Amino acid sequence: MNLALKDIRHGLFRFVLTCFGLGLLMTVVLAMIGIYNGLVADALAVVKAPAAEVWVVEAGTKGPFAEASSIPADSRDTVARMPGVAEAGAINYQTVEAPFLDRALRLYVIGYETGRPGGPQIIAEGRGIGTSHFELVADRKTGLVLGDTIRLGRNRFSVVGLVEGAMNSGGDPAVYMTLADAMALQTELAPADQRVQAARGAGAVKSASVAAVIVRVTPGADVDLLTATLRQWKHLAALSQTEQENILLASVVDKARRQIGLFLGILLAVSAVVIALIIYTMTMEKLKQIATLKLIGAPDRTIIGLIVQQSLILGTAGWGIGLVLILLVKDVFPRRVVLEPFNVAVLAGIIVVVCLAASGLGVRAALKVDPATALGG
Amino acid sequence: MAIGDILVDVQAVAKHYGDGETRVDALRQVDLQVRAGEVIALLGPSGSGKTTLLNIIGCILDPSSGRVVLDGDPVFDGKWLRSDLRRLRLDKIGFIFQAHNLLPFLTAAENVSLVLDLAGWAPEKGRERAVELLDYLEVSHRAPVKPALLSGGEAQRVAIARALANRPRIILADEPTAALDSKRAQLVMDLLRKLAAEQEACILTVTHDEKIFDRFDRLIHLRDGRLTDD
Repeated sequence: MNLALKDIRHGLFRFVLTCFGLGLLMTVVLAMIGIYNGLVADALAVVKAPAAEVWVVEAGTKGPFAEASSIPADSRDTVARMPGVAEAGAINYQTVEAPFLDRALRLYVIGYETGRPGGPQIIAEGRGIGTSHFELVADRKTGLVLGDTIRLGRNRFSVVGLVEGAMNSGGDPAVYMTLADAMALQTELAPADQRVQAARGAGAVKSASVAAVIVRVTPGADVDLLTATLRQWKHLAALSQTEQENILLASVVDKARRQIGLFLGILLAVSAVVIALIIYTMTMEKLKQIATLKLIGAPDRTIIGLIVQQSLILGTAGWGIGLVLILLVKDVFPRRVVLEPFNVAVLAGIIVVVCLAASGLGVRAALKVDPATALGG
Repeated sequence: MAIGDILVDVQAVAKHYGDGETRVDALRQVDLQVRAGEVIALLGPSGSGKTTLLNIIGCILDPSSGRVVLDGDPVFDGKWLRSDLRRLRLDKIGFIFQAHNLLPFLTAAENVSLVLDLAGWAPEKGRERAVELLDYLEVSHRAPVKPALLSGGEAQRVAIARALANRPRIILADEPTAALDSKRAQLVMDLLRKLAAEQEACILTVTHDEKIFDRFDRLIHLRDGRLTDD
């Protein structure tokens, strides 16, 4: 006879309600884990997107994600000619805010040279950029769809393709355009400003600098040797992909990551206390029944089983409800919530440990109960 | 073992709490023998030591000194572990409480068969025995019902069935009729007498219920921890 299940069935509504409450708490914990992962994944998405091996950036800087980086656009030709370089492409980044329908879209504009590294790796819908000007490939999260047109700077761009998971470390969805369009967007003046400049006799500003040149190396090439060689140039610096990722995490998202990590730790501690309290209270409410069980001769293992099984069922149910709820609502979050099976399994492990520890408190109290308690009216 | 055999043998048992100025003597040199088939009432004012004596015989409380032999087994002789005493309770002692103390999450039948489950009976045999006992106590129609839905009399009969399930030879009852009306109290006592005779068991009851005094073979009076009258 399984006393734990019988007791649960007896107070099923209350138990389910408790599990649901715990489930909501687990939803928050899982959401925080997901947000934490999402923050890191989002931050790395933009670095990983070009599938580069080496980043050539402005000397003395840490690259375009950590700080401003500006190098001559023709650096690409110089870099491309180096031994071990298979492909090189200049790339540019900027954030713009543009009106679209009745809202303002905040976009992370990535300018790249078509046919060279830096563009989207996988087009989820539509096609890649096929003309030199005024075409866009947008991340789905922009809300743009194929065929939409949007005004950016002085020009109107058509959406010809859609990608997924392209954004900057702040979570702004990315749009890809040609490098020429991106540089124009960055430097071209509005018509009125242009007229003022023309009246002053000043020529139009034409920038010939890009944020970085990204490099893919030939098979077997020594990346370290290549970066070391590039660093010998005074106006350029070179970073391997791993260095770039580490810089991004350390410089850009580190504080946010630590903040969320700390909050997650507090949340886990609170969850542990709540679980312990629920289980302890559940046990305390049953002390008279436990005394009766002892009096009629139930061995300790029966009483321990009753408490431990119930706490494990409670913890597992709470974890399960939390998992289902977060899977249902994770796409509603404005930023990505990334849950890895490993995280979910680790949380399950933590819950089991917490439940067992909390049961320990209950078991201790239960084993101390004097069976004579049952005799008193 | 048969009718007339000594099932409970309490020899010079004393129990005190605290030491020095705070010492309270709950029992002082109590001797008591209860034979199979006997139905005995333990009487006395509050604080006279009735419950202490019942708890010692029920292996719930250790005596400070003296010897207790239950159904031929000397207990509290230093050789028994607490878990052994619990097993002894399961096998040899049945408890009937004033407030029936049925487990609220089990049905009437499950409350009875739980004892058999703990004693290692096969589940099917346990269920059969539970139904048989409930039938005997005329509450089998309430077998699938939870205690909250039983009347006071029904609950007490289910509690008696539970106490008797594993065929214990020593039945300890603490105010078993306190929550019952006069008619029901007489019925319960008749039942206990009948069981004592049929199962060759002894029944030791703490009670203040004068209306059932005539149903006991012996009335044992306790005052200030001493047996004063038998």
